[in-house]
Amino acid sequence: MTTQTPRPALASRRQLLGAGGALLLATFWPTPRQGRAQGASVPASTAPEQGLLVENAQGAFAPNAYIRIATDNRITLILPNVEMGQGIYTSSVMLIAEELGIDMAQVEIEAAPPGGGAEITGGSTSVMTEWLPLRQAGAAARSMLVQAAAMRWQVPVAECTTRSATIIHVPTGRSLPFGAVAAQAATLPVPQNPTLKDPATYTLLGKPQHRIDSAVKVQGRAIFGMDVQVPGQKIGTVAACPVVGGTLAGMNKAAALAIRGVQAVLVNTANNTVCVVADHYWAARKGLRALKPQWHDGPNAHVTTQTIYDQLHDGLNGPAIVANTKGDAPAIIAHAAATHTATYQQPLLAHATMEPINCTAHVRPDGCDIWTGTQIADRARDTAVELTGLPKDKVNVHCQYIGGGFGRRLEHEYVTQCVEFARQVPHPLKIIWSREEDLTHDRYRPAYVDQMTAALDSKGFITALTHRIVGPAVVARWDPPELTKDGYDEDLSVATVITPYTYPAYRLEFARREAPGVVTAWWRGVGGTRGLFVVEGFIDELAHRAGADPVAYRRAMLAQNPRALAVLDKAAQAAGWNTPLPPGRARGVAVQFAFGSYMASIAEVEMPEPDNVIIHRVTAVVDCGRVLNPDQVISQIEGGLIFGFSAALYNEITLEGGRVQQSNFNTWRVMRMNEAPCKIDVLLMPSTEDPGGIGEVGTAAAAPVLANAMAAAQGRRYRTLPLLSPRNGADHKEQG
Amino acid sequence: MLSLNINGQSHQVDVDPDTPLLWVLRDVLGMNATKFGCGIAQCGACTVHMDGRAVRACNLPVGLIGEQRISTLEGLNPTDPVTKAVQDAWVALDVVQCGYCQPGQIMAAIALLRAVPHPTDEQIDSAMSANLCRCGTYVRIRAALHHAAGALA
Repeated sequence: MTTQTPRPALASRRQLLGAGGALLLATFWPTPRQGRAQGASVPASTAPEQGLLVENAQGAFAPNAYIRIATDNRITLILPNVEMGQGIYTSSVMLIAEELGIDMAQVEIEAAPPGGGAEITGGSTSVMTEWLPLRQAGAAARSMLVQAAAMRWQVPVAECTTRSATIIHVPTGRSLPFGAVAAQAATLPVPQNPTLKDPATYTLLGKPQHRIDSAVKVQGRAIFGMDVQVPGQKIGTVAACPVVGGTLAGMNKAAALAIRGVQAVLVNTANNTVCVVADHYWAARKGLRALKPQWHDGPNAHVTTQTIYDQLHDGLNGPAIVANTKGDAPAIIAHAAATHTATYQQPLLAHATMEPINCTAHVRPDGCDIWTGTQIADRARDTAVELTGLPKDKVNVHCQYIGGGFGRRLEHEYVTQCVEFARQVPHPLKIIWSREEDLTHDRYRPAYVDQMTAALDSKGFITALTHRIVGPAVVARWDPPELTKDGYDEDLSVATVITPYTYPAYRLEFARREAPGVVTAWWRGVGGTRGLFVVEGFIDELAHRAGADPVAYRRAMLAQNPRALAVLDKAAQAAGWNTPLPPGRARGVAVQFAFGSYMASIAEVEMPEPDNVIIHRVTAVVDCGRVLNPDQVISQIEGGLIFGFSAALYNEITLEGGRVQQSNFNTWRVMRMNEAPCKIDVLLMPSTEDPGGIGEVGTAAAAPVLANAMAAAQGRRYRTLPLLSPRNGADHKEQG
Repeated sequence: MLSLNINGQSHQVDVDPDTPLLWVLRDVLGMNATKFGCGIAQCGACTVHMDGRAVRACNLPVGLIGEQRISTLEGLNPTDPVTKAVQDAWVALDVVQCGYCQPGQIMAAIALLRAVPHPTDEQIDSAMSANLCRCGTYVRIRAALHHAAGALA
């Protein structure tokens, strides 16, 4: 199918990279930034502690935004994307270290501040966008260091090599540590197009490297936003109106202030949120209970889950935007001898990151510091600039390790909230949301209803396909300029327009329906997770209807797509697709192209009862182009699948009286170890293509591969998420 | 004033006795390895040891602890054979992703291996299912526990 026209701003990065990978890899060449106000230096004699974040690294040699080398040979790499589990700090260090000529163990790391890092960390784009610039940064720095050493020795540059942050003059064996020539290197011009290594000579890239954050994380020493301790800080916890659009009606301030340890009760009338500030979280929590805020529920007081689903199903009829078209699919369907139609439904989903939402801010007349985990540090800074009126350079955002992102921390409303409250107090304020606040005031993955209709030839293959998506346009709120002039959100093209399949005729329609009473947002896998459940479920239905083997049916549709065909064939072989199964077991398959990567997955399940699914084994074959750190690709697929299985089986945010009904892990079920797949085999295809994204690939596959296996096990389709929803029983008669 | 024995040291803390141990550790004593995840003993991020047993600090009122000895992740002796085997296995297999739940996972794993030196998959699932991981590192946690048990053999 066609790809979209390049657009400059945030959201297009996701879609474009999903579409092809290389479109946005134009080199940007950041300049060295100024040091920041905060952060203490580690004494030079201290060996770098791998994985602990430093701040405000200095170095005589600072050739670009990413590299600082001090005269004592301390090397700090300033990493543009944030680490939220996806292993990007490790990959980023590998990219720079490979070209710079240093060992990974020699590196200290720093999280880039706003303006000095990536615009966002999301959409599985980090490796795709940093693949070239980080190598170029390393290569440019190396070339300057070598040149400085060669000048000192008065030898040709070509006689010098580098190893472990040392320049070696090969003919004489003389050597100099990088730090010894750092000052001199800094005086040289920065090469704009440094020569990059031949990938055949890579010593780090493509070879499994341990995560640089493993040790500090298993020792409990990694600092997450939740762990920040600023001298003099107080702890606040908040309650926002439980119904979106409602207002504060009253509260018992005296009762809250009577709780031991409570220091203040703060109100934000603009956002209808109250905050109790105390010496520690428990006092704040008790204070909030005593405060008993009362609410006027406002215009969304009557919203229920059914309100939202009714609105979505209503959108299946009537006008819609034509988002993509090829041939005259509706006419072919109208005259076809055989057609097949199915309607799919997906629920609102919460992110439920393990680290509940939190932010620490210190607002002073002359500056503002913010410590938090964010996937979008620029917006975190900008909201503080807007609220405080301070100039940009007086607002510092200190990015911490993120205890789970999944798109939740692409929102910055919790930073806005924290700064608003912190302005009201003289001390640093750490705001911690309770898990209940986190789940009931998330910005949710939208609910959607999709309907697909295919015209079929005599063998049951698609001659024309129409697909209508009904749901919100997340981008319209999140990055309004990215909504097309027709009102389309291009995120919806993933797995629909951007697909490994080729359809003879096609029409994608979008009927926009913004859910009342909820704020919708990005969620791991974005359009890929949304679309793949529908499309791979529907194709599976068509295979069954045709009496064809689901792998063979897909193979026939992938004849023009060798990379997709290769992952499918390898997955079928590795999973033993054509071998008999033990009694009671069934397999399902899914194929995908999203985030620039191909994957085929096969799940083997057993269902002793209709509501009990044992996932015995999942096999996934990935072609994500050149693999930087193989074990971390495997890790992301394993984890992404489990994250997706958890949602696919169990999760649905429901509303009653405008209030979200799920509030903690007793009502928001997360897959536990005893429910996780017994075995996940991930195989990687060798490739020299540019790297694709990987953080969301597994999650996108989870629902379709599991639904297709469950359909095979039960002999009926699963068209509604969560899969264990009783609504799937109603689908029984729809079996094609 | 309450007296608590934490990591072999006596701490006097001036809080209400209903205060959960988690918040005394984190906000009063500044010991941040033990994480807040849910507050209702559903996720295990706050797992600590009380007299060697894995317990949830988020709903353990400090007033009920008395003389019982509390150990947190930062207080473990890194050269203790079980602690070392578990932490080494976690690093060798690169179990962690975001890492926020892992202090609790490590504490649960150490308690398990002290009680059952060579656990089966079933015993691992049973002991570790109280600890949630949103990143989905369960497959590696299972493997790392076997790895650690092997190193202790």
